[in-house]
Amino acid sequence: MTYGAVKAVDGVSFTVEPGEFFGLLGPNGAGKTTTLEIVEGLRKPHAGTARIDDVDPATRAPGLMRRIGVQLQSSSFFERLTAREQLDTFGALYDVPRGRSDALLEQVGLTDKADIRTEDLSGGQKQRLSIACALVHEPDVVFLDEPTAALDPQARRNLWDLLRSLNDSGRTVVLTTHYMDEAEALCDRVAIMDAGRILELDTPAALVRGLDAPVRITVLVDGEEQVIETRDPGRALADLAEHGALDGLSVKGATLEDVFLHLTGREYRA
Amino acid sequence: MSPLPISAAFRSLTTAMLKGFFRDKMAFFFAILFPLMFLVLFGGIFGNQGSSKAEIVQVGKVAVLDDAPPAAQKVFEQTLDIERTTSEAHAIREVRKGDADAAVLQRGDEVIVRFSRADQVKAATVQGIFSSIVQSANVSATGQPPRFSLATQQVEDESLSAIQFFTPSLMGWAIASGATFGAATNLVVWRRNGLLRRLRLAPVRTSSIVLARVSVSIAIALVQAAIFIGIGMAFFGLKLTGAWPMIIPLLTAGTLAFMAIGLLAGSVSKSEEAAVGISNFVVLPMAFLSGSFFPLDGAPGYITAIGRVLPLKHLNDGMLDTMVRGEGPSSALVPLAVLLGFTVVLTAAAATLFRWDD
Ligand SMILES: Nc1ncnc2c1ncn2[C@@H]1O[C@H](COP(=O)(O)OP(=O)(O)O)[C@@H](O)[C@H]1O
Ligand SMILES: [Mg+2]
Repeated sequence: MTYGAVKAVDGVSFTVEPGEFFGLLGPNGAGKTTTLEIVEGLRKPHAGTARIDDVDPATRAPGLMRRIGVQLQSSSFFERLTAREQLDTFGALYDVPRGRSDALLEQVGLTDKADIRTEDLSGGQKQRLSIACALVHEPDVVFLDEPTAALDPQARRNLWDLLRSLNDSGRTVVLTTHYMDEAEALCDRVAIMDAGRILELDTPAALVRGLDAPVRITVLVDGEEQVIETRDPGRALADLAEHGALDGLSVKGATLEDVFLHLTGREYRA
Repeated sequence: MSPLPISAAFRSLTTAMLKGFFRDKMAFFFAILFPLMFLVLFGGIFGNQGSSKAEIVQVGKVAVLDDAPPAAQKVFEQTLDIERTTSEAHAIREVRKGDADAAVLQRGDEVIVRFSRADQVKAATVQGIFSSIVQSANVSATGQPPRFSLATQQVEDESLSAIQFFTPSLMGWAIASGATFGAATNLVVWRRNGLLRRLRLAPVRTSSIVLARVSVSIAIALVQAAIFIGIGMAFFGLKLTGAWPMIIPLLTAGTLAFMAIGLLAGSVSKSEEAAVGISNFVVLPMAFLSGSFFPLDGAPGYITAIGRVLPLKHLNDGMLDTMVRGEGPSSALVPLAVLLGFTVVLTAAAATLFRWDD
């Protein structure tokens, strides 16, 4: 997929299983949105194919569109409508019976904002409403493009709970993010993307394990911080305990961030 | 699933767009209150000109006025506003102050008209009126029926009273700018906030989205027309004289043509500001050249030539013909054909420039 001379996505190939929570992880400009939009059928790749249950999403088959729920990277709302009116309007587009809006508002924790216009909602509330709009027709597959971008940590954690509950209720969730911790906390499998390619694809745990990175153990010795890097943290900790040197102990294993650094050989720039 | 899935989507989109419009104070102001302000202003400034009567102070008995036959009395009523007094000094004072245009009195067989030169047009009018009153009184004194009679007919809009001219013309401008701005900003905003693409992923046809937008714009145009005509009739003495129900097809075709212009403006604009700027740049000069703000009767030939290729000129012409020039429904046919022609060509142009996203 190219935009003029820019090769935005190149040779990307992956499969998402039903019921899976799948993450596309990478810095801004990696090609996550482009990839997701090809899968949703919004963009036609110059080469290659996308299929959802053997249907080409670019055909905009109504049957398929009723099965997928989409949250785009920008908050796409009708101007000057209240939260409930947005849901009523989107619901009518999918021909769902009226009266589900209040239940949806409750599901995303916006009951008390039902009559507030979307322009007056906070960033986190907009994201929640945007997700609710993607759920009006109870889709089996949900695509979310950076749902937690630009949220404060508190709002981000709140949203995680909502996203987990979507997946727990049996939906397939495909999400993009540039937060390593988010991918690690939510996703069954993660594809790490950079510069239009998938560098690695596996469960977060397997990705970190595959790195075979040393564990960093920090202790305080005579008020001085001492760092030990080891591939056998069990023995190192036992030794330290034997010497009664566990003051100010902290143990840090490798994270997806380390995996990313290792893969790209450069600083992560979200 | 209901038998007509389109209609639920169409209804909800229409509702959403109408709410969006009526809750947008700026859009509401510029589409309805702003043009109305011009109507009130122009109606007020020029309101008394077309139908103004000469104000006369009559001193004592004046036979040519008092004893004129009923038919002549009726003409006096239409042209003269007569105040009666017995004091000549009072009458002269009124004229001096400018409260009356002339004082009239009779001494023997002599009718004396005293006027001020302050308003020369009025002074000339009054003199003209009275010389003809005196002449016809002379003719009837001979007992012979008059041989010649005078018939007058208006030929230009200058002869329409101000409100009769301004209501249709300003209405044309209001409808044109409402449709243009509505389509242009709607397109840009929805493209920028991703709603266009979001709607693409819903099982609605593009045609129901377009149809919803068109219906909303036509509804807004109907509201504009109703308010214009209502205010014109209630406060400024507007009289609808022609096949005025033709304004409904006219405003529909006008809305379509100017929505197409708006789509074109929205397609080439990256931001809402640019869309508004381009719309203004197109509609405002067109309004001047189409005679929305003043009649073009006295304008040089090249101005009227430009006007002939502008859709707003045809919209205005159709509105004037069917609302105040007393013309029949067929007078709307040419404007309708021209407006629909513009719609087809401009929509085709906009379609080639259309983008779902930035
Ligand atoms: N509409 C577009 N026109 C031109 N270039 C684009 C467009 N959209 C994205 N790009 C470019 O394609 C690359 C991938 O973008 P994107 O898929 O949005 O990345 P991400 O979502 O990971 O931030 C970037 O280099 C971006 O600048
Ligand atoms: Mg993106």
